[in-house]
Amino acid sequence: MSNTDFVLAVEDLTVSFDGFKAVDSLTMYIDKNELRVLVGPNGAGKTTVLDLICGKTKSTSGSIKFNNTELTKLSEHEIVRSGVGRKFQNPSIYENLSVYQNLEVSYPKGRGVFGSLTFKRTKEVEDRVRKVAEDIMLTEFLDMESALLSHGQKQWLEIGMLLMQEPELLMLDEPVAGMSAKERDQTADLLNRICQNRSVIVIEHDMEFVKKIAHKVTVLHQGKILAEGPMEKVQADEKVIEVYLGH
Amino acid sequence: MTLWEKMKASPVLGGKEGVIGLAVLAAIIFVVLPLGVDIFRLNLIGKYLTYAFVAVGLVMLWGHGGILSLGQGIFFGLGGYAMAMFLKLEASDPLSTKIQSTPGIPDFMDWNQLTALPWFWEPFKSLPFTIFAVLTIPALFAYIIGYAMFKRRVGGVYFSIITQAVALILSILIVGQQGYTGGVNGMTDLRTMLGWDIRTDSAKYILYFVNGLLLFGAIFLSKYIMSSKFGMLLLAMRDKEERVRFSGYDVSNFKIFIFCLAAMMSAVGGAMFTLQVGFMSPSFVGIVPSIEMVIFCAVGGRASLIGAVYGTLLVNYGKTVFSENYPEMWLYLMGGLFIAVVMFFPSGLAGIWDKYATKYGWFKEKAKPVKKPEVSTSEVEAQAVLTDTATEASLATESTSVVSKKVTRKKADASPAIESNKLRGAEA
Repeated sequence: MSNTDFVLAVEDLTVSFDGFKAVDSLTMYIDKNELRVLVGPNGAGKTTVLDLICGKTKSTSGSIKFNNTELTKLSEHEIVRSGVGRKFQNPSIYENLSVYQNLEVSYPKGRGVFGSLTFKRTKEVEDRVRKVAEDIMLTEFLDMESALLSHGQKQWLEIGMLLMQEPELLMLDEPVAGMSAKERDQTADLLNRICQNRSVIVIEHDMEFVKKIAHKVTVLHQGKILAEGPMEKVQADEKVIEVYLGH
Repeated sequence: MTLWEKMKASPVLGGKEGVIGLAVLAAIIFVVLPLGVDIFRLNLIGKYLTYAFVAVGLVMLWGHGGILSLGQGIFFGLGGYAMAMFLKLEASDPLSTKIQSTPGIPDFMDWNQLTALPWFWEPFKSLPFTIFAVLTIPALFAYIIGYAMFKRRVGGVYFSIITQAVALILSILIVGQQGYTGGVNGMTDLRTMLGWDIRTDSAKYILYFVNGLLLFGAIFLSKYIMSSKFGMLLLAMRDKEERVRFSGYDVSNFKIFIFCLAAMMSAVGGAMFTLQVGFMSPSFVGIVPSIEMVIFCAVGGRASLIGAVYGTLLVNYGKTVFSENYPEMWLYLMGGLFIAVVMFFPSGLAGIWDKYATKYGWFKEKAKPVKKPEVSTSEVEAQAVLTDTATEASLATESTSVVSKKVTRKKADASPAIESNKLRGAEA
């Protein structure tokens, strides 16, 4: 497949679990600095698409190119190192480490066994942790054990752990699940701020929230793209109303 | 800065509490015990302390990394056998074996109709090679097992069972290959090391102290590793392995490394065992000793390095006392002890100590907001049901179990009643 100007080019991607095609010949392009939202009913294959991109699930066929590098052949940690960050659906943080340590562990230096043994907490690391903590509104909780954070704060912390790696592509699976209205607004601001220098893919069900953040929306249904485009256009699409928005 | 302040400030030693903990343990091992007990008992304690190497390795592997190996006897045995091979060759000089049909080879080979020294025994004529072998062969073996399993993402209970199977296979192999290994009797009648008689009292004293120093070396090395980013990653992996993987780390490499390191420490313990006890046999390789070593670690507190040393000493002391009086009851008691620890004190002695230290504010100035490893509930045991006790005792800060054993032991006696009352209360 030819090279493109897109940050992420997914072409003809298929994955089949025992004959069931969870993602079926999906083609999708993500631009630089774009914030794309994936929506769709349960079982549409949204999470599977993210799993395929980050290497958690191996594709049956098709290609995923990130800055024109083929990702389907790489292992998970290689994909991360090439600049892809992934947040899971349930907040996935290290509960028995402090907020500071959670961020520090995610700093992209000392990633080998011996590198990690000789890793030093330099001024650079310290500054980066503080900068990210400020972005995710957790500065005053840096020394707290992260298990004690609220659900919403845990979601932010996981986003912060990804920001530590300065990924070019950030994938967030339901980042506002379980958040209060105020936290949702703060998260929308956060996402709008962090997509300045990178591309972001978000899976979200909350349409109000999607409106606030999305540049473009892709609607998935049964592993295929049902509609794609700006929010207004997608919302007016009859097929989309029928399978997803209508109920 | 004075030395004391420097030591207190060192993150490796774990602050004031950590330094006091190490100092107390050092005082017990190097002063109190050598002055307090006769050489027969001290030699016995030296033997126990060789198991502590395994327990210290398990603290890193299991307590911090969440990887439960039920086959550490493999590495203890490999280290011990390597040293025994050297000593056996030295004990089998042609002069003292002249009544054999083939003089100059170990007696058990002669009994098994071997007429020449097998090729893999040859290098063990050299002490430097033997020391090199003690450090590398078990680690290499661990690397092969670790690579095969961790790269395929075999973990949890499956890993434990496979290590157990390997321990069994190795002990059967040793027993079966009598002519090469000495079979079920092992290698006995070891006498000298480079001409130095290891059976004399003075040699036993020296070996005891060498053993103690090496144990402290292992503890310091472990402390350094735990205080590095590697140590933080171990805890992170135990908690959320996927998250670590998707933060750009090759998780299997970290697991392989810590497994190899724990194996290497066990092997040093095994070699010191052979030197102090004067023989090595397959009964230190198989499943039972491997599980016993896990129990030492669990009783002491699987997240606490120093706790593991106390746990080893205490359980072995109990074993000696009980097996002298009720030999047939000991195994049941040991099993009961393990269940009791897992159910009521998931953080072992270290957890009990820590609870009281916090309660009475013995280390007030500490006030560290970050608690060290809470004992993970994702382990093999059914401790999840008792989460309330788990959180109670979860403050297993490294090196806290320390201070005089008397205090800890008193607590250990007092606590079961308290804990079980609490449980009953919670149920009601």
